[in-house]
Amino acid sequence: MKKLLTGNEAIARGAYEAGCHVATAYPGTPSTEILENVSTYQEIYSEWSTNEKVAMEVAAGASIAGARSMVAMKHVGLNVAADPLYTIAYEGVNGGLVVITADEPGMHSSQNEQDNRLTAIHAKIALMEPSDSQECKDYIKQAFEISEEFDTPVLFKVTTRICHSKSAVELEDRVEVPIREYVKDTKKYIMVPAHSKLKHIQMEEERIPRLQEFSNTTGLNKIEWNDRKIGIITSGASYVHAKEVFEDTVSYLKVGFSWPLPDEKFKEFAAGVEKIYVIEENEPYMEKHIKAMGIECTGKEIFSVCGEINPQIIREAILGEKPEEGYSMEIVAPTRPPALCAGCPHRGIFYEMSKHKNKINVTSDIGCYTLGAMAPLNVGDTVICMGAGISAGIGFDRVNQLAGRDKKVFGVVGDSTFFHSGMTGLVDAVYNKSKMVTVILDNRITAMTGHQENPGTGKTISGVESPMVDLVGVVKAIGVKEENVRVIDPYDMDANKEAVKAAIDADEPFVIITKQPCALIKDVMSRRANLYSQVNQDKCKKCKTCLKIGCPAISMKDNVVSIDTAMCNGCEVCVQVCPFDAIESFGEEVK
Amino acid sequence: MTKSLLLVGVGGQGTILVSKILSEGLLEEGYDVKMAEIHGMSQRGGSVTTQIRFGEKVYSPTVNKGDADVLVSFEKVEALRYIPQLKKDGILIINEEEIWPLTVLAGLEKYPEGVMEEIKEKLANVVSVDARKIAEELGEPRSANIVMLGLMVKALGIENIDWVSKIKKFLPERFHEANIKAFKRGLAL
Repeated sequence: MKKLLTGNEAIARGAYEAGCHVATAYPGTPSTEILENVSTYQEIYSEWSTNEKVAMEVAAGASIAGARSMVAMKHVGLNVAADPLYTIAYEGVNGGLVVITADEPGMHSSQNEQDNRLTAIHAKIALMEPSDSQECKDYIKQAFEISEEFDTPVLFKVTTRICHSKSAVELEDRVEVPIREYVKDTKKYIMVPAHSKLKHIQMEEERIPRLQEFSNTTGLNKIEWNDRKIGIITSGASYVHAKEVFEDTVSYLKVGFSWPLPDEKFKEFAAGVEKIYVIEENEPYMEKHIKAMGIECTGKEIFSVCGEINPQIIREAILGEKPEEGYSMEIVAPTRPPALCAGCPHRGIFYEMSKHKNKINVTSDIGCYTLGAMAPLNVGDTVICMGAGISAGIGFDRVNQLAGRDKKVFGVVGDSTFFHSGMTGLVDAVYNKSKMVTVILDNRITAMTGHQENPGTGKTISGVESPMVDLVGVVKAIGVKEENVRVIDPYDMDANKEAVKAAIDADEPFVIITKQPCALIKDVMSRRANLYSQVNQDKCKKCKTCLKIGCPAISMKDNVVSIDTAMCNGCEVCVQVCPFDAIESFGEEVK
Repeated sequence: MTKSLLLVGVGGQGTILVSKILSEGLLEEGYDVKMAEIHGMSQRGGSVTTQIRFGEKVYSPTVNKGDADVLVSFEKVEALRYIPQLKKDGILIINEEEIWPLTVLAGLEKYPEGVMEEIKEKLANVVSVDARKIAEELGEPRSANIVMLGLMVKALGIENIDWVSKIKKFLPERFHEANIKAFKRGLAL
């Protein structure tokens, strides 16, 4: 039976069919739906792990214990998971271990566009790159076999266009693969220097040459001979884009198994075509290797390292064909950046922080609240990576003091991000006596990636109830003094005001925890469905204060300020900021 | 002959649902189908685009500049943003609803006037409709996207596919009646 699946759904299906037993992940676009789909198969134990490093370690432990295991993350997640990855590479596996990295050329919702194929070289692990959904499913099944055959984790690289594109996939049945016997083997699984030295030699002398041989012979690296004037070496999504342009008029070497690279196939292909183009997204990963082999080819001379590749880019670069002449319009569309939703619980505290611009710096983090840095709130001096909201704040605050600046640093993180890697930063802040303020925005969900459960929500990925990790308890246990902790409702502007003021005045680590669930959580939406606020036009003085909170439900058209009552959820932040009491609340909560 | 469709709108308008229904119907009809979506920020009022390509054999899911046979815009200025993707003789199906981006709400930018006038002046094949209003008349404002689906199906000449069963498959039962009505209304426009 053929079914339209996204790459992510196909990966999940592949894991199911391959007899995978354990799958872990931390959510991150464009990888999130892999585990969401895996969790629908009862045969596989799946979990949202606290972060990618934990996810990698859970999967590694499961592999050593004998189970086929898979771990999925976005590209920057692989940085978090790098520590276990580089050493499990030495140890090898028992049950097959597949590590999925979902890269984001073009950065549709990421902070960088690192090319994780380079990780395979560095960690010395097998690398696979599917081109569409069918290959996602087929390759995952082979990935488990390769992992077990060569005793190595397999890095499985996909990109946004593969993860989030749908194409037809032939479904098959699950093949049960028994959990392998675990035999204690300290030389293999305990990486102390004496063992690691032997392992490294073994990798270099045995595993890698065997993988090299495999790469040269496997059908995953496939030559399609057509006309031989032009030969294209390509991988991943670039392959389908190239096929779209040239169909069967040029020859292809499609690289599906890309570390180690297939040297013999490169030589054979080079001998058979007149001119070689290498088409690959981001880094010249294959191109540099091919050139180092002494084979002439053209790649990044005509393709950018930045952004995605598409058929049009290929057409222009190789054939010199200008894009089709489309329509051009004179009126320019206004920009439409993503914004904090109407009723978003982050808005109140961000508005309060925005009023203290001259007194504070804000080190922000990865999540919906990153959007607080956009106009009109403009709250945020830096955003780096998960957890840096707190840790970068420690450094920033220290330097503000060294430089004699009278500015306090507020580090902002979400609940899921706090568990992910914010906790360690807070420990550092307490331990090293930082005066920075930590703001934990607890909205009871991992919101930005589309509402995943986390250790604070009291539910697992499968919806099973589990103990709720006590955020306030954790903060106090770390050593933040009772009098320096404020737990507030961020819809309450007086509470926001008091907390921010106390935080600015404090001389010790200070933590504000805002508690109010994400406005888009289904239960919250139905509970607040009848609540809304409206502008009393008789009282409105058009001072535009309410527009400064950046709520998409509030607009000023033809000099009239109004609220879209369908969008409004009655959070009443605007009601409280209006200096003329011109905004009124209506409706009751649905019990 | 491969056809390329580009659906654009604002997060929350249901463009992705329409794309799913369309792709599924086309696959069942025997076409090779590829669909790509960019939805990283979809719930937060950002631009959302989905691309659908179908034909005998389709390789790339990507629709390029001047490449779309049909551009379906669920919001007025989003059409403006993506018109360069439309082929010279392509069809624009546009919902005239205005959703002001935050930059406009905050007074940093202006929502332009005269958009429909320029579009109608420059493009030969424009189908414009106020889908939100029609959906409201039908009693289910959220079915505006399905009104648009009806229009698309008609413009593409693929009325023979069993769309009603697809709508039923992708929507909860309590929404079936309103959305099937919306679809038929779109078809009849």
